Formats: sequence, C-alpha cells, structure tokens
Amino acid sequence: MYGTIHISEEEYGQFAELLKNEDPEKLAEFEDRIQRGEKIEPDDWMPQLYRRQVLRMIEQHAHSEIIGALPEGTWITRAPGFRRKMALMAKVQDEIGHAQLLYSAAETLGKTREEMINDLLAGKSKYSNVFNYPAKTWADVALIGFLVDAGAIINQVTNAKGSYGPYVRALERICYEEAFHLKQGHDAFVALATGTPAQRAMIQDALNRWWQPLMHFFGPPDNISTHTKLLTRWKVKMATNDEMRQWYLDQYVPKIWELGLTLPDPALRKDPETGKWEYSDPDWDEFFRVINGDGPLNKERLAVRRWAEEHGRWIRQALQKPERSYVTPFA
Amino acid sequence: MKIISLDPRVERLEFREEHWQPQRPLTAGEQWPTYEVFHMKKRGTQPVHVGIVHAPTPEMALAFAKEQYARRGTTVRLWVVPSDQVYATSPEDEAIFATTPEKIHREPFAYKVKEKIERYKKSQKK
Ligand SMILES: [Fe+2]
Ligand SMILES: [Fe+2]
Repeated sequence: MYGTIHISEEEYGQFAELLKNEDPEKLAEFEDRIQRGEKIEPDDWMPQLYRRQVLRMIEQHAHSEIIGALPEGTWITRAPGFRRKMALMAKVQDEIGHAQLLYSAAETLGKTREEMINDLLAGKSKYSNVFNYPAKTWADVALIGFLVDAGAIINQVTNAKGSYGPYVRALERICYEEAFHLKQGHDAFVALATGTPAQRAMIQDALNRWWQPLMHFFGPPDNISTHTKLLTRWKVKMATNDEMRQWYLDQYVPKIWELGLTLPDPALRKDPETGKWEYSDPDWDEFFRVINGDGPLNKERLAVRRWAEEHGRWIRQALQKPERSYVTPFA
Repeated sequence: MKIISLDPRVERLEFREEHWQPQRPLTAGEQWPTYEVFHMKKRGTQPVHVGIVHAPTPEMALAFAKEQYARRGTTVRLWVVPSDQVYATSPEDEAIFATTPEKIHREPFAYKVKEKIERYKKSQKK
C-alpha cells in the first residue's frame, strides 16, 4: 500500500548533491535505522533536510488544525439542537488540542511554538487550503465533519506510518479522536440526506460547492523529484497525493452515492478494469491562487487569528513568570 | 476597511486596518515553559507519560493537562513535571542496553527444571 516510489541502491547516487554536507557514517546509521522500521527520536542525529522537512510538515499540519477550527467553531451556537451543539463543541476543542499536540511534536525539532505562531500570523506558513472556503449553511458543517475530516483521516493514518517518533505518537492520539469527528459528521450528513426535500437540497448544494475543494484536498499530482524520492526513502512522505486521492474516492464516493446524492463531475467513475477512479481535473490554477493567499477567506481567517492573539496577549503577559524559562521539550 | 463576513461573530469583531497586516511578533520571553504530563488511567496502574503542555505555573499546567489529555475515558490522577527538570540518557548511551535482552539468566524461562526431573525419573526406572 505504501512506498510506491522505489529506489534501488544503484539509483542512490542521485541524492549525492542533497547530502553532500552530511557525515556519511552517521547518515548510514540513520538510514539503517529507518530501513529496520525503527523510529527517529528528537535527540538522534538526523540529516538537515530531514529535520527541515519533518518540521515543515508537522508545522503546517498544526496550523491546519487551528485554522480548521474556525469554520466550524462559528457554527456552534447555530447548530440545530443541543446534541449537535455538544458534539460540535467537543470536535472543535479536539481540533485545537490536535494543534497543541502537533506544535509540541514540531517543537522537539528546535522551533518554538510561538515562532510557529508568529510565522502563521505573518502569513509565512501554509495551512490546508480547504479552510479558506466559507461554511455558508449547516449542511456545510455536516459536510466538513464528514468529508473534510475523512480526508484528514486518510492523510493522518498515512503519515502515522512515518519515521519521526513524536509525530507518530501525536498522530496516534489524533486518529483516535478523528474517528469520532467522522462519525458525528456522517450522522449529521445522513440526517440531512434522508430528511425533508429542503434538507436534501441543502446537502446537495453543499456538495456541489465543496466538491472542488475536496478534490484539491490532497494537492496536485506530485512531480516525483529527487527530493520526493529521498523523503519517501526516509519515510517522511508516505504516499503520493494521487494515491491518497484514490483511497479517498474509493471509500467515500460510494457513501455519497448510496444516499442518492450526486457529485458535480460527470466524468467521475471507477474503471472496473483498473480499479482506479477517473475524474475531471479540478481547477489547479484556482488551487494555487488560493494557496498563495487569494482565496475567498484567507484574509478573514488570518485576521481572526491576529485579533485573538492581540486580545489575548495581556493574559499571556500577566501570567508570565520570569523564573522558569523555556527549554525544548524532548519527546 | 470593514470585513464582510458570513459569520455574525466575525462581523461583530471590530477589525482595524492592522489586522490585515502581521503584528508585533511574539518574543522568546513570551514563550511559557513546558511541563511533561503523566496520566494515570486506573487506580493500581502506572502513570504514563502522554505529552507536554505550555503553562506559566504548575497549577495552570494541571488545568491545561486536564483539557488536553483527560477529555475522554477514565482518569484518576495527573502529574506535571517541568521539562527542564527531567534528566535523560543520551542516544549514545543506547548501546549500554543493547545486550540486556540476551541476559536470559535473569529470566524464569532460562531454567528448565521440569526436564531435569523427568530425566531423573526415567533414569531411576531403569
Ligand atoms: Fe484534527
Ligand atoms: Fe477532525
């Protein structure tokens, strides 16, 4: 299922340029450990490129969790009924908890949580594109809980097989909680899909608007660069974007179709011979436009975070005790 | 510039011009220290390390630990220890433990008493 990019020992030479500053003996030891299926811990020696990439990946993941809490968080007071309010509140709290767990894991690589938050607020860091779209109706919230979290699960279960110990530990806890997110989302989604004609129309409308961002979720097809191959060998990148998209379609399209709902792509079908899903290419220009800051809500999302940070700073300062200072956490 | 949001809560926030721009970044001094969190699930079991929290005081660390690590399932106790108070062996020291699994003379299964008794009994019957 994993590691479709194979690199034979003869091909290994292509990495020479990327690794020329690394101690060959330590590098060999590091690679042996990964080949044996052992995890890398923060105080182990690791190549610069590994440290940089793992940090970047966990950091972006953490940012996606806190920004991802915004579209749903604002719906808590408007969720229909007490039970759905309770569920949504629990889910949103989990997402903030995920951000905390992930920031902790990233911190072990030497960047502090506050430095990461600075970069997010400065617009220097990326987070998942899907959260730059608005949740216009309650049906959007049901769809997010079901289909966005489903994408997150595929991504996280895949990454949980990776090589960096603290990330793996954080993901184990996160995946457990995601199962509840998916279930409560599916429940809300099915309630609308099996409800009155107006409710069905609402969920169908949400699907029509969200299908493209969902097809963007795993990113454009990878160009398999030397870089990508090395990260695959080091178990940082555990699957290609297209592989994850296929798993996603395989698991969730039938769950949408079984409710008699449609998806706005006439080309979408599973080829019975290859077992692969075919679909029309989503608009990748739009994807890049949004990721570079020009989506429907990029500005609002960051402004809300900046507002929260600014208005919470006095609490941070009031509680600050100078006698104990920050050290890098080690697990 | 006023933000036009679908979200009534965002509409009510009074954004000013500077919210469109990054603000003064947080400084190193504004970073709270971290605490290592230990969680006991059931009476009679070991407390287990589950992760860290950022907190200005141990009391706050316990409050955050409750929110972060005790949202589901059972909990009987939480412990927090300042991260800078933990001493650990280094990765180079891992070799010290490498041969421990081979020290089977410390294990009960290394002693095959029953076989010896059986052999003895057989020899007595002859
Ligand atoms: Fe999450
Ligand atoms: Fe989630």
